[in-house]
Amino acid sequence: MSAMDDNHFITSTAGRGLSRRRLLRIAGTATAAAASVPLLQACGFGGQAGTSGDSAANAVTGSFDWKKHKGKTVRLLMNKHPYTDALKAHRKEFEEKTGITLAIDEFPESNYFDKLTLELRSRQGNYDAFMLGAYMVWQYGPPGYLEDLQPWIDNTSATAAEFEPDDFFPNLLTAGQWNFENGAPLGGDQQWMLPWGFETNTVCYRKDVFDKLGLRPAETFDELIETADAITKKASSAGFGDMYGIAVRGSKEWATIHPGFMTMYARMGLTDFELADGKLIPMMNSPEAVEFTDKWAKMVADSGPAGWTSYTWYQASSDLGAGNAAMLFDADIAAYFQNEDTPAAGKLAWHPGPKGPDGSLDTNMWIWSLGMNAASENKEAAWWFLQWATSKEHLQYAATKKQHIDAVRTSVAGSPEYKDRLSKATNFVETFEEVMPQTAIQFTPQTNFFDATTSWAAALQQIYNGSDASGTLDKLANDLEGRVNG
Amino acid sequence: MSDDPLAGSRGGTATAETPPPDGAGRDNQPAPLAGAPRVSRRRKALRPYLLSVPAVLLCAGILYPFFLGVSYTFFDFSAANPAPDAVGFDNFTTILGSDAFWTSVRVTLTFALSATVLETVLGVGVALLLNRSSLVGKLFERVLIVPLMVAPILAAIMWKLLLLPEVGWVRPIAQFFGVNDYNGTDSPVMAMVWAVIVDAWIFTPFVAIIALAGLRSLPKSPFEASAVDGAGWWLTFRKLTLPMLWPYLLVAVIFRLMDNLKMFDVIFGLTSGGPGDATTTLQISAYLEAISYARYSRGLTYMFLLWLLVFVISMILVKYLRRIQDRAAGV
Repeated sequence: MSAMDDNHFITSTAGRGLSRRRLLRIAGTATAAAASVPLLQACGFGGQAGTSGDSAANAVTGSFDWKKHKGKTVRLLMNKHPYTDALKAHRKEFEEKTGITLAIDEFPESNYFDKLTLELRSRQGNYDAFMLGAYMVWQYGPPGYLEDLQPWIDNTSATAAEFEPDDFFPNLLTAGQWNFENGAPLGGDQQWMLPWGFETNTVCYRKDVFDKLGLRPAETFDELIETADAITKKASSAGFGDMYGIAVRGSKEWATIHPGFMTMYARMGLTDFELADGKLIPMMNSPEAVEFTDKWAKMVADSGPAGWTSYTWYQASSDLGAGNAAMLFDADIAAYFQNEDTPAAGKLAWHPGPKGPDGSLDTNMWIWSLGMNAASENKEAAWWFLQWATSKEHLQYAATKKQHIDAVRTSVAGSPEYKDRLSKATNFVETFEEVMPQTAIQFTPQTNFFDATTSWAAALQQIYNGSDASGTLDKLANDLEGRVNG
Repeated sequence: MSDDPLAGSRGGTATAETPPPDGAGRDNQPAPLAGAPRVSRRRKALRPYLLSVPAVLLCAGILYPFFLGVSYTFFDFSAANPAPDAVGFDNFTTILGSDAFWTSVRVTLTFALSATVLETVLGVGVALLLNRSSLVGKLFERVLIVPLMVAPILAAIMWKLLLLPEVGWVRPIAQFFGVNDYNGTDSPVMAMVWAVIVDAWIFTPFVAIIALAGLRSLPKSPFEASAVDGAGWWLTFRKLTLPMLWPYLLVAVIFRLMDNLKMFDVIFGLTSGGPGDATTTLQISAYLEAISYARYSRGLTYMFLLWLLVFVISMILVKYLRRIQDRAAGV
């Protein structure tokens, strides 16, 4: 712009009476408009849901070579966990085998998923692979945040012959498959995560307490209630102090529902939702579900810990280890870790827990799995890592030398070294083998899982505090019906 | 030398070169210094706008995220729906029509008012004790600020452990005093009571420090006069100390009430909003919606409604504070 043009601009704007207020208003509007475009895009507005499309796996050709991605770095977002500790202890073998460097960022579980959600939402691909559970697939899968791993598994140029996907327990592989239709069962042709380690849910109990009180592990839900009650009433006179009957989770979060509660709920033949005309119908308020939930809440109130509404897995399992609780209905490995260096060490035994009226041992599970970021620009190297981390080689090492339990591969779970290691835990292996065939995800897959289960936990707390079970669960079902179908 | 005694301050040291006031200053501006570079008309015209740039940037930095957040409330933005559609006021009608929202409003107000009243009463009490210059008072003054140095979430976790019946210290103390059915935060009433107590444990020192500063700035003569007249402690406190201290206290009350209306970490760390929805404040509802359930627009709608509540209440209190300050100043 020339000097004359400058003068003209000043004169003309002055002539139009451009006030300071008006100039600021124009500048502010322009700035906001200009800035909002990239920010809105970064926040997801105007973006597109991920589509599976052509997989990057199809570009991999030739014979498989572990060294193909030598010199690359795979960035991992991991939860602080014994499984991650085992991986870190074994990473040198992977790096020597492939020439790939692992960059691992770890976060505690309390904020791990917040971090993962924000990372995936950004679609920046800052991490190539990460830990997740089956329920997270229902949230992260539909928007296209997850890479479908099935094309990678199927491509022999990309996958080592020794990977053997059929070696995984089938229910664990199925847990990572879904077609993203609310209410549709798990399974299908798309694999959104690979099983890495998992927990089935069983009852762990104090042998010495049961022996002294002349009790045996409960075979039915009513027996469980009676056994817990008997322990609470008799423990003190038998020399076990203020020991209470049964520890289960009770805090207001989704994780309260999925272990013991959902396992027993499923064994009673109950479901969370039913699909009717394409709509999810909450079933938590069916007469049978109301009766079961009421009994569960009363069992906890009569024979559970004081302060139950703040109980997470940590408090529940710690009470077993500290000798405050005689039974724990939760993850088998939560109790396993209490069998070392605690007052209860060596006194614990495992049992599948009560059967349903028809003898069912349906059991819910939690799977720590590994997934690949759909936004990663390093997918081949990431897949090299994923297949190694879920390989027999690493998992055998992690399960026998470290604390990577339960094993997700049948070959590892059945190996003499693994069984020998677990033999110190009374009936751990036998219990695992008994419940494993019926261990699966017992929830109905749907995108509002965390809302539904957190609200369910809140309702359970209200019933525990004396609210009418039928009315509370009716309200829960009414509220959820709108939200899960919205 | 000019006869005008203020000539130096108006026009600097310039004398002979300084043009007469009516010549230089159509805008009544001071005359330029001798030898100072001439400033073009264009630069002069731009100067006000350049000077306002920092303020504009500051305002933009504050207002832009706010209005961006507000704009999200008109979409159905969630993790499951990364390409959201505009939904108008649907988020507002859904939330305002739900029982959960009004329960959250009730819980938020109950917590905020209870905690603020408790902190104010205790804060004034502590300040009155500290205002006496005893050795214990001086020592206590040093440690008073310690709870404020603890991050609220850490304080909440610490108290959560203390309150756990199986491992905490509170149950044995309760049993010592004959309370045998202590259940920590299990019941809705006790969950709220403990949340208020923990909040008061952290923030009472804040009120006490402000009240103490106010007490020490009060004039001594009215108190000496009342002592001469034989007024008792309670009468002096009620008729003299409290009215004179009130403008200071109100500042603390405004801060604490606004903060308590938005309180998250203390309650979430202690009860996660439970049992049931007994301690689910608006802030916790917003967190659950936006972070736990990844329904960002719903979470932001909760946040916006909370902001409205805080804004209205704080405006009322600030107006009241001004009136009191004006009255104190004799305006």
